[in-house]
Amino acid sequence: MAVLRSFPSAEALRRPRQSLVDVAVVAGAATLLWGLVQLSRGVTAPFDSAAPAAAISTDPADLPYYAARSLLRMFVALVASVAFTFVYATAAARLRRAEKVLLPALDILQSVPVLGFLSVTVTGFIALFPGSTLGLECASVFAIFTAQAWNMTFAFYQSLVSQPRDLDEASRILRLSRWQRFWRVDVPGGMIPLVWNGMMSFGGGWFFLVASESISVLNHQFTLPGIGSYVAAASDARELNHVLLAIGVMVVMVIGVNVLFWRPLTAWAERFRVEDSEAAQAPRSVVLNLLRRSRLPRALGRVLGPLGAPIDRVMAVFGLAEYPLRTSPTRRRAGDVVFGVAVLAVIAWGLLRAVEYVRSTVGLGEFPHALGLGLITFGRVIVLVVVATLVWVPIGVWIGLNPKVSRLAQPVVQVLASFPANFLFPLVTALLVATGISLNWGGILLMSLGAQWYVLFNVIAGASAVPNDLREAAASLRLPRSLWWRKLILPAIFPSYITGGITAAGGAWNASIVAEIVKYGPTTLTATGLGAYVAEATSAGDFPRILVGVAAMSLYVVALNRLFWRRLYALAQQRYTL
Amino acid sequence: MTVDQGSRGELLVDVDAVHKSFTGAGGAELKVLEDIRLSIHAGEIVALLGKSGSGKSTLLRTIAGLISPTRGTVRYRGRELTGANPGVAMVFQTFALMPWLTVQANVELGLAARGVPQAERRDAALAAIDLIGLDGFESAYPKELSGGMRQRVGFARALVLEPDLLLMDEPFSALDVLTAENLRTELMSLWTGQQFPTKGICIVTHNIEEAVLLADRVIVLGSNPGRILAELPVPFTRPRDRRAPAFVALVDQLYDLLTGREPDVYEAAPADATPTARPLPQASVGGMAGLVEIVYARGGRVDLPEIAAELSFEIDDLLPLVDGATMLDLLSVLGADLVLTDTGRAWTTANIQDSKKIFAGQARSRAPLVRTVCRALATSADGSLREAFFLDLLRRGFSTEDARQQLDTAIDWGRYGELYDFDASTGEITADPAAALVDAEAAS
Repeated sequence: MAVLRSFPSAEALRRPRQSLVDVAVVAGAATLLWGLVQLSRGVTAPFDSAAPAAAISTDPADLPYYAARSLLRMFVALVASVAFTFVYATAAARLRRAEKVLLPALDILQSVPVLGFLSVTVTGFIALFPGSTLGLECASVFAIFTAQAWNMTFAFYQSLVSQPRDLDEASRILRLSRWQRFWRVDVPGGMIPLVWNGMMSFGGGWFFLVASESISVLNHQFTLPGIGSYVAAASDARELNHVLLAIGVMVVMVIGVNVLFWRPLTAWAERFRVEDSEAAQAPRSVVLNLLRRSRLPRALGRVLGPLGAPIDRVMAVFGLAEYPLRTSPTRRRAGDVVFGVAVLAVIAWGLLRAVEYVRSTVGLGEFPHALGLGLITFGRVIVLVVVATLVWVPIGVWIGLNPKVSRLAQPVVQVLASFPANFLFPLVTALLVATGISLNWGGILLMSLGAQWYVLFNVIAGASAVPNDLREAAASLRLPRSLWWRKLILPAIFPSYITGGITAAGGAWNASIVAEIVKYGPTTLTATGLGAYVAEATSAGDFPRILVGVAAMSLYVVALNRLFWRRLYALAQQRYTL
Repeated sequence: MTVDQGSRGELLVDVDAVHKSFTGAGGAELKVLEDIRLSIHAGEIVALLGKSGSGKSTLLRTIAGLISPTRGTVRYRGRELTGANPGVAMVFQTFALMPWLTVQANVELGLAARGVPQAERRDAALAAIDLIGLDGFESAYPKELSGGMRQRVGFARALVLEPDLLLMDEPFSALDVLTAENLRTELMSLWTGQQFPTKGICIVTHNIEEAVLLADRVIVLGSNPGRILAELPVPFTRPRDRRAPAFVALVDQLYDLLTGREPDVYEAAPADATPTARPLPQASVGGMAGLVEIVYARGGRVDLPEIAAELSFEIDDLLPLVDGATMLDLLSVLGADLVLTDTGRAWTTANIQDSKKIFAGQARSRAPLVRTVCRALATSADGSLREAFFLDLLRRGFSTEDARQQLDTAIDWGRYGELYDFDASTGEITADPAAALVDAEAAS
């Protein structure tokens, strides 16, 4: 029952204590944003707007081909995410100084609404591969990558730094090389959080796939052959039956990937469980059993096995997994100071340049304007989280406490959590157009299509983990309903609920960029809000406004996380962890 | 293979004037090891014996080259260590096996790191597995094995490397009594049978009998900071008989050394000892109550080694209770005997309310940290203070973890005595309105 765990896992949410660092984080975020904008502005000159504009047919016969193309993008992004995770997390865990920069940077990357940057990355990648759709492909893969990589990296980093001390000492005493240590100790040790967060992030990636396959940048519509652009085309042509068909194909694809890829992988990863960690019910997989019975893995092993030793020998050039016992404290201190000053100088300089850039183009008055719009979007996020809580907490508790129901609900919730909500946008938009409801209110519904499932998902996980003896104790005390909720259930599910809340709120902010402007056929609905502001700036290629909008949104997300969610999360870890 | 002092084997490891300290809050130096000098020669088994806090594991890790001394040097065959010691292998208390590798892959891991070709690696691993009695388990995963079998894998993984020196960090303390005994006996018969692939052994233990049973030399470490109290040769031939009078006498002598009042720690009169000069032993009130009750039930005087063996207590579990009870003057130590004091008798026979009052009085007057907390609470305006205040004070003399532990013990003792209460969610320590916080000196 792999679904009955919370997501992101605790490893992905744990952070080292930061206080003064926060200031640097915000400043660093602004610098990073500005740097990206500058990079892409530099490469817009040779921008080849004539090249990519594949016509997407809405013929159902083409759908399998489109779906396959989309799936390929997802897996390319997954490979990229794993590679990124290995390099980035290892550097952050093993290099003391790099950690100080890499970790806050990752925190920012996770908080920045990546959809706002699609225009920047699209123009950038197109310029890299002029005259072909490879640039667009890269931009799409990159967008999916950004949905997958951060949680995986945090989880792997956490498993590296929390490696049992005796395993670390054993590998040093055995004199393993860095290469051997990575593959025999580090990767196996982090395999379970990596696979679990990979699976769930993969689900989140579908959303970005759909958003990135058909995008309008610099007043130009770019499309890639894929299931996302198929839906966009069908929506443009107001062919609701084709939209429904694509939704069906999408459901099949989500389930298929789960059954054929993730389930076997999670079941296989069980072998890496260190036995004294939590004993969740071990996931099982029919496909894995089939594979294990076949002769294929053994044949593969026989072919690839002899390669291990020579690679080991070659990779020994990275040296032993050892660090010098004695370092001069003064030299170390001096190095720290130089490093710190250099980092701060770069951040300060970048921040100055970013402010200067905005001041000289749209003026600094744009910031209060964007922040004001952000307040409206913030209101939508609040309504969404409150309503999702009121609706899904009781239902989630009911499902989680009934093993029979959770067995039935499990595959459904899993599909819902992975299903890209923006696939359903045309249906809801059609409804809004028909009923004339303003997108200012309808936007909340659109944003919640994807975000709310995280609340349900985690509440189910929390409720199913309430120990049976506590429930029996409550029953024997004859707790009245209200006490039962207040003294047993709510405290017990609190940590998982908070995990769900953080993720849902973050997802809602990101979704506002695609949910506050929607099109159906010739009609375009626009809501007032920061998401619409960013989306409009994106399609117009208005870089200063993209910078302002994304910076404002990141500020909201980071501030809310720090001031609200992180505190609740700390409280949950301290008081309410079962 | 007993070696008399005159004909020692070649020098393997030489620990020369090693100090180890950590920097605490406010730049204070927290000493863990002080002026350790010892050498380990080929052909001998050396036991490092000490209570918790004596730095014996730290010393072993310094010898292994896993951590560096603050001052002094560790040399392996005359060469100063700059990283993991190339001539040692280590057996861990927690086994430290890779859970995702089979028994054979675990044993081969160290050989793979040395670039031994695969065929050779397999033969060597199988030989080691055979030697240590693991035949038939080659393809099992550690989680399928019992603790004893896992530690055998730990031994095989170390021995297959044929290191000069085998380091063992409390290798038997995670095992049940019978399994530990079995493994010890097998290990000793390998050692005496000349089949042992290493030249020397250094074992860390807090089990006195184990030290006397295995070692040629026992090095006794004192606590706070860890330093060498004594070095005793064990001249008995193997296999050794636990009931032999000389064996028992040596065990008693070691008990005496370990429970003995360490002059600089116990000299200060209770009334003016500071919390850092005289730390609270990590003893729970319930544990002390149980110990005092046993002594009372046996007529007020018991032999410490005897009671430890009877309860199958490790001295690490028992000694903090003894230290706590003697600090509060509930028990006193005479040689290797525990004697009930008058206060202890009154405490264990009183009803629950009176016994709490007696305990409160003893803790307030004799436990420095409890007294400090009481005084601070009495002088604060609203009778409550934040725990961070005390933690900050304690960190001048303790590491962060130890400071936490000290305060936790003080909170436990004070709560039981109804001197003060503690709210974990706000971190607030509040005086019990009914408690007399400062008139303690007059009462005692």
